[in-house]
Amino acid sequence: MINIYEVNETNNMIQHENLDVRTITMGISLLDCASSDLAQVKERIYRKITTMAKDLVPTGEAIERDFGIPIVNKRISVTPIALVGGAACQGPEDFVSIAQVLDQAAREVGVNFIGGYSALVSKGMTRADELLIRSIPQALAKTERVCSSVNVGSTKTGLNMDAVKLMGEIVKETAEATRDRDSLGCAKLVVFCNAPDDNPFMAGAFHGVTEADAVIHVGVSGPGVVKVALKKARGENFEVLCETIKKTAFKITRVGQLVAQEASRRLKVPFGIIDLSLAPTPAVGDSVAEILQEIGLERVGAPGTTAALAMLNDQVKKGGVMASSYVGGLSGAFIPVSEDQGMIDAVNEKALTLEKLEAMTCVCSVGLDMIAIPGDTPAAAIAGIIADEAAIGMVNQKTTAVRLIPVIGKGVGEMAEFGGLLGYAPVMPVNPFSCERFVSRGGRIPAPIHSFKN
Amino acid sequence: MNKIIITVVGKDTVGIIARVCTYLAENGVNILDISQTIVQDYFNMMMIADIAGAKQPFERVAADLEQVGKEIGVMVKCQREEIFTSMHRI
Repeated sequence: MINIYEVNETNNMIQHENLDVRTITMGISLLDCASSDLAQVKERIYRKITTMAKDLVPTGEAIERDFGIPIVNKRISVTPIALVGGAACQGPEDFVSIAQVLDQAAREVGVNFIGGYSALVSKGMTRADELLIRSIPQALAKTERVCSSVNVGSTKTGLNMDAVKLMGEIVKETAEATRDRDSLGCAKLVVFCNAPDDNPFMAGAFHGVTEADAVIHVGVSGPGVVKVALKKARGENFEVLCETIKKTAFKITRVGQLVAQEASRRLKVPFGIIDLSLAPTPAVGDSVAEILQEIGLERVGAPGTTAALAMLNDQVKKGGVMASSYVGGLSGAFIPVSEDQGMIDAVNEKALTLEKLEAMTCVCSVGLDMIAIPGDTPAAAIAGIIADEAAIGMVNQKTTAVRLIPVIGKGVGEMAEFGGLLGYAPVMPVNPFSCERFVSRGGRIPAPIHSFKN
Repeated sequence: MNKIIITVVGKDTVGIIARVCTYLAENGVNILDISQTIVQDYFNMMMIADIAGAKQPFERVAADLEQVGKEIGVMVKCQREEIFTSMHRI
């Protein structure tokens, strides 16, 4: 039987160490909503989402009450809209009108974000893909809850450099379109390489075409729990350190697995995956950066940061994998700047640079995330950063992503405010030398040699 | 069997267990196990109880016990057992 020490350990994690389930995300296929008539597409999308997800939020809240564990977000991911709206949309404005329907549906069922305003263009763009991409700035400016993502490359296909160049421009236009809110639109736009079909985390969540009609994914969290556990291992060697992280990750993930199974059972929707990510929030003590400091770095960005992060990420996975029957999504430590107080402090103290962050993304998920850069950064430079990050993903057979916010009207050292879980970020400098001629060549970068495994 | 875990944390005072147990008895909740410790004057109790024969649904028991706790100045929390067994048992 459970004893008082175990009960206290669990409840201390929840009450004092910010243990929570970060998100229950319902993936919904909208493939059966396609039609050549735009009004019909919109009506079908609205009806399907509001029917399938009508009990998502109340069920999440009931599970919170039953187990006494906070479930921070309830969200929805849908089939990439470029596929669903392709036959009906004649111009970017048609796609924007679908985004508005997604926004209404999200509001109706009470979820705070809906992901899947997406295009998968790792090898080439269809006309619909390009129209959707060109509609992103207006779609994100005119909606509140819609999140967008574009997959521009993969290990199997190489990098679609035409799409990379276009995304540099689109990020810039999205920033302009939402300049009155510190370019907030860019916080809801992710550019991927090797995007997973079953990611429950925003802004990059979409419901891949390989998925069932509806499915429940759960994203766990708990950087604070890992940090507190590591305090007890101060001065110990790496073996003890790694064991401590693994055991803690196991416990955190078991809670996620329980919540996922319960949500799946109560909603009568199959369970998909658990995403084993250490996802920070701006709350003090809920920080991946603080874990790295507890491991022994004075500040994130110091020499040794990449090694420490590689170890942390690996141990979280090793502990988590055994705790869940299906693991997927991004599954790794997140290192968003604006959503992690320790990262923000490190940037302010000039310990952490964009280049060091790029090195860190080689060993963890997911990429250059929630980084504010000067508003006058050229579109070509943004495309170059996207290309660098996508190349890391392509060559290392992992997911990488870029979520940069060129804050219009602000320069290096100024602060951008995004609010809520999105946090705030100091504007970081970007290397001023040009890559214009490189990104303008056009075409594709071929898949790397080690992708030919057949 | 439908097990819940009731935890009570707060400043030690006369009759905490009595009040909680009275409520449980009146509402058909069977107590399976009780353990308690006192850490630096703070009362810390855990009960394992079965609500299979309870007169009230879980949500009501949880809300009522929270209210009982407020009346005697302690924090009472009810959770289904699975969150603890998931985390601590393989």
